[in-house]
Amino acid sequence: MSKNLRINNKHFVDETRKLSFTFNGKKLYGYKGDTLASALLSNDIHLVGRSFKYHRPRGIMTSGSEEPNAILQIGNDDALTEPNVRATEIELYDGLICNSQNCWPSVKFDIGGINNFLSPLLPAGFYYKTFMWPASFWEKYEYFIRKSAGLGKSPSKQDPDMYDHRYLHCDILIVGGGVSGLMAAKIASDDNKKVLLLEDKELLGGSLIYDDSDISKIDNQKSSEWLKKLIVNIKNDKNIIIKTRTSLAAYHNYNFLLARQNLTDHLSVNDRNNKIRQRLYKIRAKKVIISTGAIERPQVFHNNDRPGIMLASAVKKYIDYYGVRCGLENVIFTNNDSAYETALSLHKSGTKLNAIIDIRDNSSSEIVNQVKNLGIQIYWNHTVVDTKGYKRINKVTVMKLNDKGNDVIGKKIDLNCDCLAISGGWTPMVHLFTQSGGKLRFDNKDNIFVPDKTNLDQLSIGSAKGDFELDDVLKNSIKDTKKFLNIENSNFDKIDVKCSKEKEKKNIWLLPSDRPLSKTKPFLDYQNDSTAKDIKLALREGFKSIEHVKRYTTTGMGTDQGKLANMHALGIVADTTNTNMGDLGTTTFRPPYTPLTFGTIVGRNVGQFFDIFRKTPMHEWHVENNAKFENVGQWKRAWYYPKDGETMHDAVQRESKAARESSGILDASTLGKIDIQGTDANEFLNRVYTNAWSKLQIGKCRYGLMLNEDGMVYDDGVTTRLGENHYLMTTTTGGAANVMSKLEDYLQTEWPELDVFLTSVTDHYATASVCGPNAKKIINKIFKDLDLSDESFPHMSFKEVKLGDINCRVMRISFTGELSYEINVEASYGKYIWEKCIEAGKEFNITPYGTETMHLLRAEKGFIIVGQDTDGTMTPVDLQMDWIISKKKYDFIGKRSLYRSDTVREDRKQLVGLLTDDPNEILEEGAQIVKDENKKPVDMLGHVTSSYFSPTLKKSIALAVLKEGKKLKGQKLLVPMIDKTIKVTVSDTIFLDKENERING
Amino acid sequence: MFLISCPYCGERDQSEFVSGGEAHIARPKQPTELNDDQWAEYLFMRKNIKGIQFERWNHVHGCRKWFNVARDTSNDKIEKIYKMGEQPPKI
Ligand SMILES: [Zn+2]
Repeated sequence: MSKNLRINNKHFVDETRKLSFTFNGKKLYGYKGDTLASALLSNDIHLVGRSFKYHRPRGIMTSGSEEPNAILQIGNDDALTEPNVRATEIELYDGLICNSQNCWPSVKFDIGGINNFLSPLLPAGFYYKTFMWPASFWEKYEYFIRKSAGLGKSPSKQDPDMYDHRYLHCDILIVGGGVSGLMAAKIASDDNKKVLLLEDKELLGGSLIYDDSDISKIDNQKSSEWLKKLIVNIKNDKNIIIKTRTSLAAYHNYNFLLARQNLTDHLSVNDRNNKIRQRLYKIRAKKVIISTGAIERPQVFHNNDRPGIMLASAVKKYIDYYGVRCGLENVIFTNNDSAYETALSLHKSGTKLNAIIDIRDNSSSEIVNQVKNLGIQIYWNHTVVDTKGYKRINKVTVMKLNDKGNDVIGKKIDLNCDCLAISGGWTPMVHLFTQSGGKLRFDNKDNIFVPDKTNLDQLSIGSAKGDFELDDVLKNSIKDTKKFLNIENSNFDKIDVKCSKEKEKKNIWLLPSDRPLSKTKPFLDYQNDSTAKDIKLALREGFKSIEHVKRYTTTGMGTDQGKLANMHALGIVADTTNTNMGDLGTTTFRPPYTPLTFGTIVGRNVGQFFDIFRKTPMHEWHVENNAKFENVGQWKRAWYYPKDGETMHDAVQRESKAARESSGILDASTLGKIDIQGTDANEFLNRVYTNAWSKLQIGKCRYGLMLNEDGMVYDDGVTTRLGENHYLMTTTTGGAANVMSKLEDYLQTEWPELDVFLTSVTDHYATASVCGPNAKKIINKIFKDLDLSDESFPHMSFKEVKLGDINCRVMRISFTGELSYEINVEASYGKYIWEKCIEAGKEFNITPYGTETMHLLRAEKGFIIVGQDTDGTMTPVDLQMDWIISKKKYDFIGKRSLYRSDTVREDRKQLVGLLTDDPNEILEEGAQIVKDENKKPVDMLGHVTSSYFSPTLKKSIALAVLKEGKKLKGQKLLVPMIDKTIKVTVSDTIFLDKENERING
Repeated sequence: MFLISCPYCGERDQSEFVSGGEAHIARPKQPTELNDDQWAEYLFMRKNIKGIQFERWNHVHGCRKWFNVARDTSNDKIEKIYKMGEQPPKI
């Protein structure tokens, strides 16, 4: 590089550590301490990307998180590549690879650039207006939109990095390690508070740390020197925990905040191995101080987006912090004093400054006078009307403003430049304040929104609250912090601050040009390519709310959330509609403040920890025996056990045949189990179940149906009376936790007078259910002394029996319609008892079956599954289970709802059976049932809830819910599918053994 | 994320709790005596106030106790926490 852009001897970049990196395939060099942006600029690279809509060439514009243009794809590894990384934020490391986004085939020659010439055809709302109709064209539109839009590529492989979460608690959280935050930290620490200080950059000190001004003085020292001493002091302070490279992502209610710390992103890829990449802090702070500073505004004029046009404060930072000149021929365009600091920095570094254009009439502040004395040409009351240079600015055209500032007069003046430093004033970073629910107030004097009302224990200080001059920043920060913390005195009370004071202010949201607005491109949102014209168009088309204008024009909807664009957009709306800006309100800032990668959000909750699952004590046996599993709630349940390449259908047919013809065994451990004790336990059951429980004898079991108060079926299961005041309730697998909560709720809040105690024992017991004609013989082999005769141990009864030292609760209950025993043992014996059953059953071909076979077997018997055949809109009457509703009981949960006008309607959907005319045709669960296919729209009468092929019946069977289903028995209906229509006949819900003979073996 | 002070356990993170909707809606003692409108009033009708709302909360991942909370829905500030069976405070 022949141009001399690097200035030597700057403190913040280590010129002894040269780093190489690759940009768009070209190898370049920078230094340790550079950001990617400063390294690119030191190589004279401004053009880094293309804009979203018009594909205009765009360059680095800022030096921070507000950067709209320099967003790059980092890395080229399929797993590690990261899109949308701001070059201004990422620290340079050796071997960094980066590429421009949103351009094809290259950033220098981008085919999409043709959109720039077509731009009169692409106004605000273009996509909304154009791609609406006809709907069938959408697939084509989408293809083109996706191809020409899109910001970068997502990684295509799993993220191999490790991320971490940690909780932090503190008295005072300070967000932002600039001068005001540092002073607040010190004041709080001196008052013995536990302080947590977050700074998103590598170094503390904010913008004052590289301030080289001779005018600003703190306690008669150069302000940066004074600040460096304070930082040393703070780093040695045990009350202050400092987290650098840590940016606040979200500020929630109750002072709950999320912050992300970058731990390895600044290291070369080889140095990152086995280290945690990022850590998410979940912070609870008693008090929060926001000292996030302010960001500079651009100015809005024709062609204000060319590479080489940068914020004045960024130009200053690149010189004073990184030692990088952004250009060799500089022009400054400003409406305020702060850009004169840039002028002084340019001068001090020996960088050519051709002129300053200032829209104000004059200024006589100390800093402006200093610049005047240097002999630099200042064009007062002038504005930029145009710029030239496609891939890099090479000229600005300047004209004089009229008295009102709404037009330009006189002759055009052309000035050469390769860098135009612009400043439109400053905007306090109130994002976090508004995220936390704080309300803003508009300050007419400075044209800024400042923090006003908040419900939280928080304070904004420094330029984040609207103080921009050093003496205001320091003195108000001290005063406000003391008041906030209830402190009388601080060590800063006698601080002496000198600085230049701005006297003249002038602000024009949309600067006039010699061309009509329609012939200009004054950009507001660089990322989304929205211009002042688009805002005006939206207003003309009737959009009034600022939220609507934002969405219609997409202003502020990029990855930068409009950090640079929003104020001008509001200003132009206010000017156009003659409204006070304060009355317009602002658009909403939402977390995260800067984008977070998914890895940081999920932390360690990946892989097996993503969604924890529960295993039964027999789980390993199922795994060893080739079970396929299905998720039921959090449980892994054995689904079916395929043998020798069987399909699921084959396996289920085999399993269910075995269960009906000899014996099957099911792991039923996942069923919810609630131990109920107390003198009112029986009364309690009477209140929570629809049927009567008063006469249930000790040692007997009963099936119960539980409703919601709205009369809809909520859960079901068998409850066993273990003792006088002792019951064991079972619930569905998925409903266990909710049933427990519901019962506790009623006990604590409605019926606290009942003497009832509930204990969840789901995990305490394992259950093996043995069924089939040979079940009795198998159980007899295991429990030789147990009397299994129907007289002693009838259906729906229970016995307690010992197997060695193991206490076994054996229930004779059946969900399959077969003779069936459930053996409950303490969970640790679960696998033992299971294997005991398998061993005893060997001679009877005992066949383990999973949930799928269980579902088939119970469907043959017409037993419902709550949640499959019901969906929260089915009453017991709808289910044809009228028999389970006690007529005698005065009350139970949901009883009153069973005769609401809606629940007694006869045309409700009701549970029925369905038989296909072709017995081999299996219906799809969820398929719709209709009567007349030709009437359009087709009336949907119901849907299939359960469907199987029954090997015992040798035909397809289904359960369905059907409008007026009870009346439709025998009727022919249709189930239309995508490729055919299936004819069905409505039947009874019980398909097998209507007489219930099989449960006796 | 609120901080909620369980009357039995003390201050805990919101993630340990579930909300159970509007408080002080007692289940009618004699539901069968009510007509459809009266029953519907109990069953379905809930207030949705901007301002102080009395709610039931349950420390579901803690002591599992239900209690009452007076919460300002406009800013989620919890004004008062009191046990089941106690009268709502005057706010
Ligand atoms: Zn508790």
